Amino acid sequence: MSESTTLFLYDLATYLLNGITQGSVYALIALGYTMVYGIIQLINFAHGEFYMMGAFIGFFALVSGVPIWLALPASMLGAGLLAMVTERLVYRPLRNAGRIPALVTALGMSLFFQYAGQALLGATPRSFPQVIPTKTYQWGELYVTNIQLLIIFCTFVLMVFLWWLVNKTRVGKAMRATSFNHHVAELMGIDTNKIIGLTFFIGGAFAGVAGILVGMYYNTIDPTMGMIPGIKAFVAAVLGGIGIIPGAVLGGLVLGVAENLVVGLWVSTYRDAIAFAILILILLFKPAGLLGSPKREKI
Amino acid sequence: MSFLRSFIMPVLVFAGLFGCFPQKKETTKNEETTETRNAPVAEEIDAGAGDILVGSVFPLTGPIATYGQESLNGIKLALETINAEGINGKKMRLISEDNKGEPTESANAVRKLINVDKVHVIFGSVASSNTLAGAPIAQAAKVPLLTPASTNEVVTKKGDYIFRSCFTDDFQGVVMAKFARETLKKNKALIVIDVASDYSRGLAKVFQKNFVELGGQVIEGTFTYNQGDKDFRSLLRKVKRAAPDVIFVPGYYTEVGTMLQQARQMGFSVPFLGGDGWDSPKLKELAGSEGIKGNYISSHFSPDDQDPAVQTFVKNYKAKYAQLPGAMAALGHDGMLVLAHAIRSIKTEITHEAVREALSKVRGFMGVTGTITIDENRNAKKSAVVLETTPNGTTFKQKVSP
Repeated sequence: MSESTTLFLYDLATYLLNGITQGSVYALIALGYTMVYGIIQLINFAHGEFYMMGAFIGFFALVSGVPIWLALPASMLGAGLLAMVTERLVYRPLRNAGRIPALVTALGMSLFFQYAGQALLGATPRSFPQVIPTKTYQWGELYVTNIQLLIIFCTFVLMVFLWWLVNKTRVGKAMRATSFNHHVAELMGIDTNKIIGLTFFIGGAFAGVAGILVGMYYNTIDPTMGMIPGIKAFVAAVLGGIGIIPGAVLGGLVLGVAENLVVGLWVSTYRDAIAFAILILILLFKPAGLLGSPKREKI
Repeated sequence: MSFLRSFIMPVLVFAGLFGCFPQKKETTKNEETTETRNAPVAEEIDAGAGDILVGSVFPLTGPIATYGQESLNGIKLALETINAEGINGKKMRLISEDNKGEPTESANAVRKLINVDKVHVIFGSVASSNTLAGAPIAQAAKVPLLTPASTNEVVTKKGDYIFRSCFTDDFQGVVMAKFARETLKKNKALIVIDVASDYSRGLAKVFQKNFVELGGQVIEGTFTYNQGDKDFRSLLRKVKRAAPDVIFVPGYYTEVGTMLQQARQMGFSVPFLGGDGWDSPKLKELAGSEGIKGNYISSHFSPDDQDPAVQTFVKNYKAKYAQLPGAMAALGHDGMLVLAHAIRSIKTEITHEAVREALSKVRGFMGVTGTITIDENRNAKKSAVVLETTPNGTTFKQKVSP
């Protein structure tokens, strides 16, 4: 192999690694989008804000001296509960009002959280405490940090957990039933309100994990940090086929890798343009998303 | 036209009336001024109790509040000096407005200062976008405006009433190119640009031109990022493959801090250079003490500068505020002194036109941020300092004159 080929392969490996790491974050957020959509057909635009709040809960926990193995579950719990409360107070009263009012409300909630966050926490970015010292491993020209590995690992574990929960447990069965038909599920003795609340909790908790991991990875958090990743995660969920759990992860990874390949091999100015062009192309040929089939299987 | 006039006149009269009320009590002893106040003409200066009114517009709250608060500290220190001596028997009085760091609020503040407070001159703001929002209003009302810290080229092009007492973005590009080539002796530079920022692109263009003129080589290709980006690893990989021996990143500290941290994790060892956009304590927090080491920025001022004038200023500032002055404090301080210096030279009545005239004639004024000369484009010609970024803050490296 000539030297330039070797270097090119290292380039490619770097872009892929960065893409998979970034894609994992999108995937974690996209899982919440897709689950909520699967169960009540609501595109919860405020979902990116649970990710932001997870990051801030983690930040305040770590700053006040809570160890990381406690801060991580705390931010999961906190973000999950916030998602559940939002559902109970805001979305549930509107559940029968139709899709458009719910969608507009979700947009409103997103802005509410962003600006309330700026008012309460200040708009300046904060640096995240370095609780896990960053270690860099080097293979030739490829640099991998322990945080990158942690992000990929967490995403994988949580995805497997979710798959197990939905497909192999009684709760999962209840979720699938609720998604299939609320009224019939209720007639079968399922407390659909509880199941929907639980779905929001799990989605929020996953976003919360993503938030704290990203805080450690980029070392910076701010109240509007959820907006762009939220939109990207929505795209990832649609890309993979909204309502389909493995689809959200696949969509996230495809988007992350595509973005990094554009930056690496072309110009970062076109990053989002290319990423969204890919989305449009895929949806033109597969309107139900990468893993979607015309007869869709929801959660 | 007649419609416009019939609409605007009552507004002006109304504004004039409102401007009177809060001040009426303190000035009743001065019959002359109460008389002028009854005239409903907005352009006429309300001399108050014979004070010279300076309306300041700074971000005292909001995301860039630290800039504004620091500027104001410097301004107040300068005011003490000015009023201890007086300006031809008069005192200078500050009317401070908060623009929250927003262009719209800046425009409103300028409008209020002109119509309600009837100031002699407007002082501010910090961010170029804020100053740019207020400048056309001041220009249209023919009220002189002096900004102590907005470095964007366009600001003073808004008209002949708009001045600045700091250098422009372009000059920072010149300084860093000179420094990279002559002090660091680097040959192969690479420029990373924040595409959405005029500031970044302006500096990049000037750096490129000057670095090449000095015999260096700038690596071809587009290396860009977007404001708000957090992941620079793929971009940095591309940068590394181009093998530069110095990297110029004229961006803001939020993105640059994260970029420096990631660069260090990817084994970069060449120095990064930047402009005053890096100059914030946040940079170190975001970059980490490894990431910040051994990079250089251009700035307006350094408290480490051993120049006696600078050291006196640092001593006075520390005595009053118990902290070291930053660049914004020094700029605010100098801007105010330039203003006082100009107004002192006015022998006739102090009108907007006279202040404008006097500001355009400032030559070789010795401030703590350098010797200030206002050129024909109403920009200040003055020196810049190059600072090295270290884990313990920035340290003074050298002074570069135009």
